[in-house]
Amino acid sequence: MSTVFDKNSNRNRSEHGMFFNWVADRGGVVIDSLIALGSFSLFVWETVVWMFTRLPRSETVWPNFYRVGVSSLPVVALTGTFIGMVLAVQSYFQFSQFGLETRLGGVINMTLVRELGPVLAATMLAGRVGSAMAAELGTMRITNQIDALSAMGAHPIRYLIVPRFLACFFLIPILTVMADFMGLAGGFFYCNLVLDIDVHHYWDNSAQFVTNFDLFSGLVKSVFFGSAIAMVSCYQGFNCKAGAEGVGHASTSSFVFSFVAILVLDLFLGIGMDSIYFAMYPEGFGGI
Amino acid sequence: MIETFFQQEEDYLVQVKNLTRVFGNQRVLRDITLNIPAGQTLVLLGESGCGKTVLMKSIIGLIRPTKGQVLFDGNDINRLNQRQISKIRTRFGFVFQNAALFDSMTIGQNVAFPLRQVGRYSNDQIREMVLSRLSEVGLPDSVVYKKPAELSGGMQKRVGLARALVMNPEIIMYDEPTTGLDPIMSDVINELILRTRIRNPVTSIVVTHDMNTAKKVADRIVMLMPEPRLDPNESQIIFDGTVAELEQCRDRRVQQFINGEAGERLMELRGEATGAGY
Repeated sequence: MSTVFDKNSNRNRSEHGMFFNWVADRGGVVIDSLIALGSFSLFVWETVVWMFTRLPRSETVWPNFYRVGVSSLPVVALTGTFIGMVLAVQSYFQFSQFGLETRLGGVINMTLVRELGPVLAATMLAGRVGSAMAAELGTMRITNQIDALSAMGAHPIRYLIVPRFLACFFLIPILTVMADFMGLAGGFFYCNLVLDIDVHHYWDNSAQFVTNFDLFSGLVKSVFFGSAIAMVSCYQGFNCKAGAEGVGHASTSSFVFSFVAILVLDLFLGIGMDSIYFAMYPEGFGGI
Repeated sequence: MIETFFQQEEDYLVQVKNLTRVFGNQRVLRDITLNIPAGQTLVLLGESGCGKTVLMKSIIGLIRPTKGQVLFDGNDINRLNQRQISKIRTRFGFVFQNAALFDSMTIGQNVAFPLRQVGRYSNDQIREMVLSRLSEVGLPDSVVYKKPAELSGGMQKRVGLARALVMNPEIIMYDEPTTGLDPIMSDVINELILRTRIRNPVTSIVVTHDMNTAKKVADRIVMLMPEPRLDPNESQIIFDGTVAELEQCRDRRVQQFINGEAGERLMELRGEATGAGY
């Protein structure tokens, strides 16, 4: 919405001027996006170089592992449990129409292990840890703490970014396993205790549908999600603009871009993992 | 002028050569040349936005110049690799305007940070050095376990000073060390700057607006002018000399600054604002 103090409001635009301004604005957006992409790529490259050049100090690593891993476990477990139960509620009616209630185990568990477990754990990580990282690094940037680190001979990428990246990279698979397990448990208890589905058939169908490759595929995806969340959030915080608005923007952008990255990666990794599966097992999904 | 004809290039600890820095469309520093001998206390004066802090951050390599060179002890600071720059920065102490203490750490951890970075001191040595530096800036041992947010602005600045001093640097940079402090606390900081110089043969660069600080601590004063207010061929350094020379300087802009007179500046600001089209 244009306001009295909008920086463009005083432009006197003729018809031609408006057209050229429109083109220039679009061109500006493209150039800004390319610059941002280049800057993000350099940031990722620098992080990778530092990761293999010198290990970070242990006192910077463990607090981040604690924050990403231990502190995120309860919320991931809770959301995992509920998503398992919600899947049972939503699928039961459809399956009961065809008398296939016992197949719910296969559907719920396969959905969780292949898709919802990794995506849910990653979304919780982006919301809980990613935004906090962006806000923390953003505040450090605007209060000169990052400059202070550099001035004392500590490289900010090694000191601040590498430990956060390692924490997300190594711990998101564990969080995913937790989301998978609690989802499985939630779905099972709802089906067994509320919907009264036979235990034996429930697990029998699960075992038939869910393979080790499904679990592997979910965990591989989660590693990519964790890396993307760490890089996007740290980049947003590291390049935070001045003021409270800048920190707020960094925090919000970190979640939005992380979430978009999770969904885009999910699509392409899903396609990639399916290709690998069919290359390994040309006969297709066992039992379906 | 402080620099004498007989001074050799190698006598200078810091040499700034034709430094220009542009941010976006805005040129902040234009062709600055400045040589600082070891042991000198240089005060950088100038109104807000004239590029004092940018110049100081360029000297330590936190900001890369668009053009020109910064030499520290003969080394071009922007041509060093990461290991070399990290090593050279341990010879610097930097006191930030807002202290820039790490708010996730205690005061003790903040002051110990540069020592831990070097990694050659035992925990007992670090503890002893931290307590000694804190006591030098007039802070009790009890503050070591406090977080920066629990301290007043003046105490935070003194912790910042203790952190900058803990490595016994060869050069200390103070970015507006007295801004936001009451007159008594400002004078405490000025005294600490003086005592630091008496105790160690340290080179100091002080960025300030505060004329009391400038008069009290400076061996040499350099005054910068905001680049947009200069004529095309005019030097951005409008004064370079001692405190006594500053007081006798006939330049109207220098006199207005040291006497704190707005003069026609308000009209100029209005003109700039109208010209900017707000």
